[in-house]
Amino acid sequence: MKTTSNQVTLATAIAGLLALSQPAAAETLRLLTWGGYAPENVVAKFEEETGHSVEVTLSNNEEMIAKLRATGGGGFDLAQPSQDRIAGPQAEFGIYKPIDLSKIDASQFIPSMLEATKANTTVDGNVYGVPHVWGTSGLVLNTAEAGMVKDYTDLCAPEVAGKVSYRLRRPTLIGFAFSMGMDPFAAYGDEAAYTEIMEKVEAKLIECKPNVKAYWSGGDELMNLMRSGEAVAAMAWDTGGWKLNEDNADVTFVAPTSGALGWIDTFVLPAKGSADDAAYDWINFVMRPEVSAMITEAAGNFTASKGADEFASDELKAKYQASFPPEAVDNIKWYPPVPAGLEVIEGGVLDRVKAAN
Amino acid sequence: MTIPDLECTDLTKRFGDTSAVENVSFEVPPGSFFSILGPSGCGKTTIMRMIAGFLAPTSGDIRIKGRSVLDAPPNKRPVNMVFQHLALFPMMNIADNIGYGLRRQGVSKPEITRKVGEVLERIGLPDIGERKVDELSGGQKQRVAIARCMVLEPDVLLLDEPLGALDLKLREHMKIELKALQSAFDTTFVYITHDQSEALVMSDNIAVMNAGRFEQIGSARDLYYRPETPFVASFVGDSNRWRGRVVSVSGDNLRLRSESGLDLCGNSHGRPVSDGDEAEIFVRPEAIRLGRGEADIAHFDNRLSGRVTSLLFNGAASRILLRPDSGGEEIEVALPQSGEFAHLSRGDTVHVGWSSDQGNCFATETG
Amino acid sequence: MQAAHRLGFVLLLTPLLLWLSLLILIPHVDMFLVSLRERVGVGEYATSLANYRSFIDEPLYLWTFARTAVMSVMATALTLLIGFPVAYYIAKMARGRVRSALFLLCLVPFWVSELVRTFGWMILLRETGLFSSLLQWAGLVDGPVEMLYNDVAIMVGLVYTSMLFMVVPLVTTLDSLDDSVIEAGYDLGGSGPSILREIVIPHAMPGIVSGSIVVFMLSLGNYLTPIMLGGKDSLWFTELIYSQFIVRFNWELGAAFGFMLLILSSVIVWGTLRLTGQTLEKTMG
Repeated sequence: MKTTSNQVTLATAIAGLLALSQPAAAETLRLLTWGGYAPENVVAKFEEETGHSVEVTLSNNEEMIAKLRATGGGGFDLAQPSQDRIAGPQAEFGIYKPIDLSKIDASQFIPSMLEATKANTTVDGNVYGVPHVWGTSGLVLNTAEAGMVKDYTDLCAPEVAGKVSYRLRRPTLIGFAFSMGMDPFAAYGDEAAYTEIMEKVEAKLIECKPNVKAYWSGGDELMNLMRSGEAVAAMAWDTGGWKLNEDNADVTFVAPTSGALGWIDTFVLPAKGSADDAAYDWINFVMRPEVSAMITEAAGNFTASKGADEFASDELKAKYQASFPPEAVDNIKWYPPVPAGLEVIEGGVLDRVKAAN
Repeated sequence: MTIPDLECTDLTKRFGDTSAVENVSFEVPPGSFFSILGPSGCGKTTIMRMIAGFLAPTSGDIRIKGRSVLDAPPNKRPVNMVFQHLALFPMMNIADNIGYGLRRQGVSKPEITRKVGEVLERIGLPDIGERKVDELSGGQKQRVAIARCMVLEPDVLLLDEPLGALDLKLREHMKIELKALQSAFDTTFVYITHDQSEALVMSDNIAVMNAGRFEQIGSARDLYYRPETPFVASFVGDSNRWRGRVVSVSGDNLRLRSESGLDLCGNSHGRPVSDGDEAEIFVRPEAIRLGRGEADIAHFDNRLSGRVTSLLFNGAASRILLRPDSGGEEIEVALPQSGEFAHLSRGDTVHVGWSSDQGNCFATETG
Repeated sequence: MQAAHRLGFVLLLTPLLLWLSLLILIPHVDMFLVSLRERVGVGEYATSLANYRSFIDEPLYLWTFARTAVMSVMATALTLLIGFPVAYYIAKMARGRVRSALFLLCLVPFWVSELVRTFGWMILLRETGLFSSLLQWAGLVDGPVEMLYNDVAIMVGLVYTSMLFMVVPLVTTLDSLDDSVIEAGYDLGGSGPSILREIVIPHAMPGIVSGSIVVFMLSLGNYLTPIMLGGKDSLWFTELIYSQFIVRFNWELGAAFGFMLLILSSVIVWGTLRLTGQTLEKTMG
């Protein structure tokens, strides 16, 4: 009885303390992130709990880096680029600041993913990123019409001529390289070898161009192409395939035989961010299993939060398992950090593919 | 008998329910200066635009040199028009402006140059061919606009109030010049204006137009001295006007009792006016004689005395206003040019009189 | 008194100077400096003309450059060809409500964003889109027709996007042409075509040139329309600039491209003015 009373007192005291300290610590968190990563219900819950307010700006990998580069790392307090796009830009432009791991509750993360991300985002002994959402890109197929497509190179087959879509971006180059039996990741450090791989991919993509309906550039564009049936096979993210599956049972995400490409979107602190406390609060808040489940619900992708799977819907789990049999999970190719300067080689390839007739 | 250059018969134009021109007929003999005079909105511009071909008449016919032009589009009619704001082409120099019509007719280049030079000579502006339109004065533009039409040697030249935009002094000057140009070119001019002095000074014949109809066609003299309708009497020249009831008629002579209580003698000049009719009497200011004493005006059958209320000095056209002792409206009286009354001042009592012949009487239409 | 006058003058001029220097001059100077940098190592740069050299050495860039310019000129000509009768009708023939309604019609597409407008065209032109379905329904074609993803689609999009900017200056200049000047042309024996050639077009020239300059600039600098309607072969110069800046992180080359575009558009505008005998003062004033 006494104990309980004491506990209640303690709890009240802590609550009071928190309430008192809240106004002083309240900050505005300017978050630069992807669509679905900061759903309204999560933001509302966070604001209510911590007193911070959140301003969300939606973007993608390239634009995030371009924005931060333009301001020298200012304008935002927390950003979410993919883990392979942190070390390179950091070395080149110095747009991030190291993460104070002591302020992060490591126990909320899946340990293997946390360690892998930390290793990939370390520059000069400082860790710059921790994982948040992960997913893969592979094939989105209308299995009724493009069932024969098993790998990226099958997109060039005559059976699907004129009904194919992919992006003219680096994942396509990497995917085709793997599918053609090469290992571009192993050549990351060797510019000559990488150039050679890219030249072969370029030849293949030019040869494949007549098969392409359109190069998609935004998620909506791809959705429209697949939904209308104008495209039956595409290279895209897993969530896109699962979303389309809700409308048309024939369409789904398929892991290609050469392996789906795995990406992890992270949390990084922009170099000139001014609300670090709010940023750490946000990270620790969204990594809670129940909050992570809410994000999974909104974004369609799983997170690096330990135990969040239990909260995920059975439907999503079923789709995931259908797309990823155990051997496919083992076969996922995780992007290693992109060395600075590789984009120039890839850029030339993409330009030439675009210009080819 | 010569065929008239321009002949309109029963010309009518209706816009929806409103009729702008109603049954207008007239003819213009070759080489004459014909004016259509009327207040703005009377339909005179509509007539002009029908003759030029920009409007199709609802009914009636337009004949030029005896041939109907109703089926000819404006660019095929042997008439040309000088527009109200002249409508010179600002993108061309003067020579190109004047040569435009000739170029359209396919006249050869040297021929165009010769003709343009000739017409510039005739309007007294040689050597301005290379100038731009906005480098010319108002009067010069006027002449160029006429030259631009005259170089095409049209059967009829239409002029749509071309002097309206000029200042008074220049307007007076251009009136004389236009008349001179017309006789120099010996072309039929049809001129529309709301300014009676332009019409009176220049025209051989004038049609006075009101509310879509011609009130009277005649020489300036006819219109001034023998107006056939109350509208013409009041619109052309200045008049004193009394309204009242006819109390006695004998032949053309009649007596009228005005609403203000004056007894006036007038003349109906052959118009039907009968005893008891509502009527109006118009008397021109210069028809009224001034006298110092009653004896001076004893021979007039209309006699009044009154007090001078205003002196309107305007050189040769000076007037006085006087209020009759017997009451009623102020009367406008022209001052004789002899200087006899030069020392008249406000408040002086004068006697005025006029003969019944000068009192033009019209029965007002009852309705 | 004099001093107060001067202060007023300076105050009046300040916004203009700030605008000119902060928003126009400084960014361009900065862009020019960036375009002269060459990346020699991680975070290391040297001054050189390498970016301009790679622009000239790479046929792909030159080709895209030329293609963009030619297509923009064509789009401008087409917009003028379609816009002129529209503007003439609005300025000279339509009256009252019809006139406002027509003007409004030209304006309505601009109430939504360019993205939405372009999506609209995609809905119409795509294989499963409205036009294709209509043609099939009418029995004119057997299977679905793809009208999207080609140069014609780009052209349609560009003309549609630019129409207002051609029609407005044309309506303004044509409005200032006195109706009686046109009537005088007819009266003096001119036919429709000759009046158009000798009177209407010379009068409308400042409007034609200013409209064309604006439309040309808009087309040249357009990004969304060529990319979305042009599909896999769109090849628009702005796309190259975008991908250099955003996708490749190669600001140096992107800046060089940007500068080349600036020079190209300036040269073409200057050339057009010379060719038509117009001056910038006359056209924009």
